[in-house]
Amino acid sequence: MSATGIEIPARAAAWKLPSRGRVGMLCLILAESAIFAIFIAAYIFYIGKSLSGPTPRQILTVPIVTSVGLWLSSFTIHWAVSALAKGKTALFAALWFITLALGAFFIAGTAREWRHLIFDEGFTIQTNLFGTTYYALVGLHASHVIIGLLALTVVMIFALFGKVKPEHHERCEILSLYWHFVDVVWVVVFIVVYGLS
Amino acid sequence: MASESIPLTLHKNPLSVVYEWLATVDHKKIGIMYIVYALLFLVVMGIEAILMRIQLAHANSTFLSPQVFDRLFTLHGTTGIFFVAMPILFGFGNYLVPLMIGARDMAFPRLNAFSFWMTALGGLILYGSVFAGGPLSQAGSAPDVGWFAYAPLTSPAFSPGHSTDYWTLSLLVAGVGSIGAAVNFVATILAMRCEGMTLGRMPLFSWMNLVMGGLVLVTISPLTAAQIMLMVDRYIGGHFFDTDAGGSVVMWMHFFWIFGHPEVYVLIIPCFGFVSEIIPVFSRKAMFGYPAMVAATVSIGFVSLGVWAHHMFTVGMPSYGNAFFVLTTMVVAVPTGIKIFNWLATMWGGKIRFATPMLFCIAFLFQFLIGGLTGIMLATAPFDWQLGNSYFVVAHFHYIIVGGILFTIFAAFYYWYPKMTGRMLDETLGKWHFWLFVIGFHLTFDFMHVPGLLGMPRRVYTYEANRGWQSWNMISSIGAAVQAIAILIFVYNMVQSYFKGAPAGNDPWDAWTLEWATTSPPPDYNFAMVPAVQSRRPLWDIKHPEDPDWKYE
Repeated sequence: MSATGIEIPARAAAWKLPSRGRVGMLCLILAESAIFAIFIAAYIFYIGKSLSGPTPRQILTVPIVTSVGLWLSSFTIHWAVSALAKGKTALFAALWFITLALGAFFIAGTAREWRHLIFDEGFTIQTNLFGTTYYALVGLHASHVIIGLLALTVVMIFALFGKVKPEHHERCEILSLYWHFVDVVWVVVFIVVYGLS
Repeated sequence: MASESIPLTLHKNPLSVVYEWLATVDHKKIGIMYIVYALLFLVVMGIEAILMRIQLAHANSTFLSPQVFDRLFTLHGTTGIFFVAMPILFGFGNYLVPLMIGARDMAFPRLNAFSFWMTALGGLILYGSVFAGGPLSQAGSAPDVGWFAYAPLTSPAFSPGHSTDYWTLSLLVAGVGSIGAAVNFVATILAMRCEGMTLGRMPLFSWMNLVMGGLVLVTISPLTAAQIMLMVDRYIGGHFFDTDAGGSVVMWMHFFWIFGHPEVYVLIIPCFGFVSEIIPVFSRKAMFGYPAMVAATVSIGFVSLGVWAHHMFTVGMPSYGNAFFVLTTMVVAVPTGIKIFNWLATMWGGKIRFATPMLFCIAFLFQFLIGGLTGIMLATAPFDWQLGNSYFVVAHFHYIIVGGILFTIFAAFYYWYPKMTGRMLDETLGKWHFWLFVIGFHLTFDFMHVPGLLGMPRRVYTYEANRGWQSWNMISSIGAAVQAIAILIFVYNMVQSYFKGAPAGNDPWDAWTLEWATTSPPPDYNFAMVPAVQSRRPLWDIKHPEDPDWKYE
């Protein structure tokens, strides 16, 4: 045997380390925040600098309904995970589904808004600086929502087959951290795009 | 004992061995794959350097065309940072960190494998460009925009064809791998330490990897963002860096250097970790000032995020902008200096053993100091206005990268090769490698400062004869040849020792960290029983139960 095994003297406190899933997700969130920060910096820097074309004020309508829906979905996912931890799997599935629906509603709203901008107003990523930074930033966020929706759907499918048990609540909580991140980013993007400019 | 630690799998079906390596999620195998991959690209990068040095040895040289020269320095820089330095450091980190903290593997083994293969794919994409597009004699469609790919040179108008896209895509893919690796390092170090291994008792190499991991997370992401923006511009008509539409090319510089500067700290910090493990063992003294080393490294990590525009002094930022970055760049030298003092203090009063790993570390101390000093010189903006974009800058950063980073990587090879293979590297060949490389390094890079001071710009494929630059360039080129010989000796040493090296045993250096508490190479599960950890030197405590470290810490 290669390693000598000396008895480990009793420690005063139990050996407690953070869960690796939680640390991993927080690291991912940190990295993604840095990506969003760069896109937000570019957006803010370019406010008012387009040489031509429509300005935000002229062309954007504030998507308040879908945004509120997305922010509400943070609450529903939180309640879902709490329900699962308490063993209420049916309530968990219902709340999880509502979260999914609100997220899908948000994406549908964004798609509708973009369809109008592109086909009715002729406003694209090529139109001007505002177009480039707007579609890039909102699109980056939307793609992150879609990835989140895919993950939520996977869990939903498992839940419908009765495979999600109370002992899985920690994993669902870690996924919910990602969802909260997506929502917080939308707060910032919303303020910057529909507020500041 | 020796035979069970030699990993040659003579009796296995070759196909199953290949599959075992391709499909592995074991951190040790992945670590070795990273290292071998990086070594292959080190040779490629060296060949690119030799070609450039041949071209630059004479004035008005026509050995290479300007187009090929541009592709060479772009590939050389990009390969060196992304496909040599980062993979080799991820490789050593992957191999050693779980062993040092008494863990079975990294936190996310499958993510680990995925990250390696993404990095590998990135390298293939970059070098695929050489064989795609144009004629091979012109280096195909390899990127030629410099490793930092400034806008508007990268715009569709000025870089038609796909060479820039190869650059962008290869780094995007490799960047995903890097972020995955960083997530793994941070999660492993925070969540997988064995019992008793508090953060304050972790080997300094683990601390360095923790800081490096955190830095990668916030450093690579801005590059990813900038590259997405570049692709939007090049492919779907965006205007991020399009001055015709009001865009700013300086913004690319900001975003790139927000990545680019912390990136070099990502590279050097694990190297600080190598030195912090090797110097104490070969001075027979515990590391001096462990808490200060940790604090200094963490502060370097933070401050390095605020110095980026010292790469942009010549761009025309306002004076208060320049001044801010002058000050932050000077500040980042302070914690670095603390670390150098602590390494020296560790050696002071110790019983120094001048084995090859220690020789490389001592050379590192001198060379990193000098490279840091030329960095401080460049940090004074008016000095940089004169010398920015000259060979003085090239000499400075090669002093750090070759004289600092590569030297410590060599030290790490000599120190941990026995653990990874069960064989010692040959000391005589090691000393030949060391001295030849020192001579070659100094010939090339000491004298390279002079043409820089005399005004020779970077990234020029040739120069006139009446500048007075030729003799200096010739000396640099000769040094490159000497370095190449040294590397060949190193490669020969590694190959020969693999088959004929002296058996290493568990702990050939009489060291104190947990990786030396298991066999060489370790079994798949690392530790049959993890030793008790009550101090920073658990193996010392086991070997010296009458005088354990925890009485003093």
